[in-house]
Amino acid sequence: MIRDSRSVPLLACVMLASCAGRQSALDPAGSSAASIHQLGIIMYIGASAVTLLVGVLMLVPFMRNNDRRVNRKLFLWTGVLLPAVTLMALVPYVLAVGHETRVPRSPNQLSIDVTGSQYWWSMSYWHTSELTGITTANELRLPAGEPVELSLRSNDVIHSFWAPNLAGKTDMIPGRVTRMVIQADRPGIYRGQCAEYCGLQHSLMAFDVMVLPRREFDDWLARLTQPVREPPTPELQQGRDLFVSIGCGECHTVRDVVESRRGPDLTQVGARRTIGAGTLPGGVGNIAAWIASAQHLKPGNAMRSYDQLEGPQLRALAAYLESLK
Amino acid sequence: MIRGVVLGRNVVMSYATLALIVFGCFTFAGCRASRTSSIPDKQVPEGDPILGRAIVASGAHGCTGCHAIPGIRGRRGVVGPPLGGMAQRSFIAGQLPNTPNVLIEFLQDPPALVPQTGMPDVRVSLEEARHIAAYLYTLEAPD
Repeated sequence: MIRDSRSVPLLACVMLASCAGRQSALDPAGSSAASIHQLGIIMYIGASAVTLLVGVLMLVPFMRNNDRRVNRKLFLWTGVLLPAVTLMALVPYVLAVGHETRVPRSPNQLSIDVTGSQYWWSMSYWHTSELTGITTANELRLPAGEPVELSLRSNDVIHSFWAPNLAGKTDMIPGRVTRMVIQADRPGIYRGQCAEYCGLQHSLMAFDVMVLPRREFDDWLARLTQPVREPPTPELQQGRDLFVSIGCGECHTVRDVVESRRGPDLTQVGARRTIGAGTLPGGVGNIAAWIASAQHLKPGNAMRSYDQLEGPQLRALAAYLESLK
Repeated sequence: MIRGVVLGRNVVMSYATLALIVFGCFTFAGCRASRTSSIPDKQVPEGDPILGRAIVASGAHGCTGCHAIPGIRGRRGVVGPPLGGMAQRSFIAGQLPNTPNVLIEFLQDPPALVPQTGMPDVRVSLEEARHIAAYLYTLEAPD
C-alpha cells in the first residue's frame, strides 16, 4: 500500500492522528523525551530545508543560460563548507541529547529494578538502599517530577525498555545491568513496550507507566506493604484455595499466599489495566479468558491454558484474582 | 496518445479505489450493527445494536476474550461458544430458551441463571445488557 504514492496523504492522516498519545515520542512527558523531541524537530526542519535547497539547486542549470560560466565557489560554499559547519555544530549537540538518563545517582533517590523476560516485565521497588520487598509486574508506577533510577536486566534474551513519552530506548542485556534515570513531569498513564525483537510474542510485551503525584505514590507503596486481607466471601476463598491447589504458586507470587519469581507477581493483578503484559484489558472476564486460554490469546508465552477447570472453578479463580487490588 | 489515455484511466481508477477505501473505513465500523435483528421475535425494544457493538468492541467486559464474535477485531476467543448466528440459536448456554428477556437477564448475571456456567458476572448493567442483546441478535452465522 505504501508503494502507491496516492495513499501517502491517507497514511499521513493516520500518522498525524497518533502524534499525541500514551505511547508517542512526539508527546513528551519528561525531560529526556523532551530533549529528544526537540532534536527531532530540528532534524525534521533541517532535513526538509536541505531537501528543498538541493531540489532548487537541481533546477538551476535548466533555468540559466548555457553560455554563462559556472561559479566554482558555489561548490565550495554549499558543497563543502555548509555541510561541514552543520555537522560540526550538530555532533556535540546530538551527543548531549538524552543525557538526562545518564545523570549520577543521588541519595534518597527511588530505585526500581526492571527485569524483562519473554514476554513480560517485573518491577521491584527499592527505597534508598534497602529493598522494600515490593514487586509488581507489567506496570511501572512513578512519582511525578522526580528522577527515578531504573536498573534494567534480562532473564533470557535481549529486550529493550522503551516508554517513548518519557525517554529513549535502553537495551536489557542478559548478564548485565544497564542503568537509566527517567523523570516524568506530567502525571498520567503512558504505555511502554519492548523495543528489541525478542521472540514470538515480542509485540505483546508491553507495560503501563502510571505517573502519580508523590502523595498518591507513597500511599500506593504503603498499601503494598500491608498484609493481604483474607478473602471476604466463600467464592473468593474457594478461588484462593484453587489458586494454591492447582499450582499457580509454582510460578506466581501473591504476597502472604504463595511465592515464586518465575512468573509475574499477582499481588495486585486486579488493579492492573491490562492482563498478559498488554494482551487484554483488565477485568474479571478477561482474567477468566486468560486463565482458560492463555496459549490461544498469546501463543508461546510461558503460561499454559488452564482449560480443564469446571465453570464455577474458573469463575472463582478469576473472581479471586480480580479481588487482589 | 493511447498510453496517455490508459494512464489517465488508471489514475482515475486508483483515486476511485482510494476514495472507496476511505469511505469504507468510515462506514464499515457501523454497518454490521446498523440494523436490528431480521428475526421478528428477537427484537429488543430498548436496545440499540450500535451502542451494543461499541460496548462489546471496547473490551471493557472482556467479551471477545472468550467468544468469537464476527466483525470484532482481535483474536477469536475459544473459551465460550462463538456468538455468530445468535438469533438462530435455540438455547442460551445450552440450557435456557433464547428469548430477548432471558438473554438480557443472563448477560447481567450468568451464574444466577446457569450455576454451572464458566461465564463470570462481568457487571453488565440492565441498559448495557439490552444494547448488547440487540447487537448479538444482529450477528449472522459465519458460512
